[in-house]
Amino acid sequence: MRLTLDGVTKNYGEHRVLDRVSADFGELRSLVFIGPSGGGKSTLLRVLAGLEIPDSGTVSLDGQAIDFSDEALLRHRKGLGVVFQAYNLFPHLSALGNITLPLVKVHGKSREEAEHIAMETLGRFQLAAHAHKKPAELSGGQQQRAAIARAIAVKPRVLLFDEPTSALDPEMTSEVLAVIEELKEEGRDFVLVTHEMGFARHVADRIAFLYEGRIAEQGPAEALFSSPQTPECRDFLARILRY
Amino acid sequence: MAFLFDDGRRSVSGTTRALSFALALALFAGVCSGAFYFLSYQWAWRPVLGYWRLFWEGWLATLGLAGLALPLSCLVGLVSAAARRSGFLPLSYAARIFVEITRGTPLLVQIYIYWYVFGQNLSRDYRFLAGALVLSLFEGAYISEIIRAGIESVGRSQWDSGRAIGFTRPQIYRHVVFPQAIRRILPPLAGQFASIIKDSSLLSVLGISEFTLAAGQVNSFTFAVFESYVLVTVGYLVLTLPILLWTQSIEKHSRFET
Repeated sequence: MRLTLDGVTKNYGEHRVLDRVSADFGELRSLVFIGPSGGGKSTLLRVLAGLEIPDSGTVSLDGQAIDFSDEALLRHRKGLGVVFQAYNLFPHLSALGNITLPLVKVHGKSREEAEHIAMETLGRFQLAAHAHKKPAELSGGQQQRAAIARAIAVKPRVLLFDEPTSALDPEMTSEVLAVIEELKEEGRDFVLVTHEMGFARHVADRIAFLYEGRIAEQGPAEALFSSPQTPECRDFLARILRY
Repeated sequence: MAFLFDDGRRSVSGTTRALSFALALALFAGVCSGAFYFLSYQWAWRPVLGYWRLFWEGWLATLGLAGLALPLSCLVGLVSAAARRSGFLPLSYAARIFVEITRGTPLLVQIYIYWYVFGQNLSRDYRFLAGALVLSLFEGAYISEIIRAGIESVGRSQWDSGRAIGFTRPQIYRHVVFPQAIRRILPPLAGQFASIIKDSSLLSVLGISEFTLAAGQVNSFTFAVFESYVLVTVGYLVLTLPILLWTQSIEKHSRFET
């Protein structure tokens, strides 16, 4: 994917969450946003996902500016897969039902076809045995894996992960990170917001450090972690990697 | 006596439950018969039962009123909840004013006001319908709040997930919000249905010959106050108890499912 941002600004009332964010990330497969809470990384991801409309600025994906009109956004969202921190799944549907619903109602697949795709995807994530369970009967890690399965079942052009492991214990975290790594090896494009620094360093082609609504610094993962250029990023990494 | 306690640790057998229930019932019966004993009330069922046809027709009328008001009040509730949630502010406020005025005043007062404003010139044939309508407006205001609370109990994350997979707003309502809301709406809604049946008794002030009015009439013919009202009590319970028991069972179910 090729992602460029130009002067993206978003306010919540008086509070400016994104402050004229501009960046050209070039051609890449995986982009990771890091930074302190409230720095704007989740909001930026939600703008990419077409869930928030920026007050000004443009976002281009693969050379095409995102049109923030209602109809265009609907089309834009259809082509993406998004995984949130928690409560992704619809609690009244089984894991299978969660995956077939968008396939049938949004992507126009027949029920048989959708079930076939869903079972195949669940099988890939070792969830076939849990296909008929409701989210409440699954562990947190299984829920997130099922959410990822739902996101990739529609063959999205880009996957967006918004802190997908923040609500999980360490064991479930690694179980979910393993899935994301697998998707990376498969060559899928994704943008990830995370606090897992080790994983970010390992999986990212490029890392952007967001601080107070701006991209304070961005670059190849190794370079950013080994020699951060801005004092904010240096401080942040020093603080977070201390223990 | 110890075996009659449920300490939450042991499972309680069916026999123990039945015995406890019988004891409680006996207690109620004892208190009632004691009260009547001190009143030295002379029971006289025969004259009252002679008017069985009046009771039967009154009971049917109550059933009819409730049967009409049930779907109508749901419709009022749905429309009002939708209006309240609409983005068009005047409509939203209109719904809010309707709901709060209706919930804030007694049904009896509303019946009189609607009646003296709109109903006076109605012929007798339409009284029944007008009564059902007034009842529907009243109960609809409560149902509106039940529906609204159910819809709003579905969290923001569900809306986000729905939008993220590419659903339109109506699709989110249809496939995400309503299926989850209905489980939270059903128990209080069923309770409201029982209220519709009970509150229909107030329509007797309009001279609609429903169950309570029938009892009043029989009472004035026979002076058998208690006999008439015991019959009425049983008649209402026949309608409301199944609903209330059903409510409890769906409450249990929806708890297991989430």
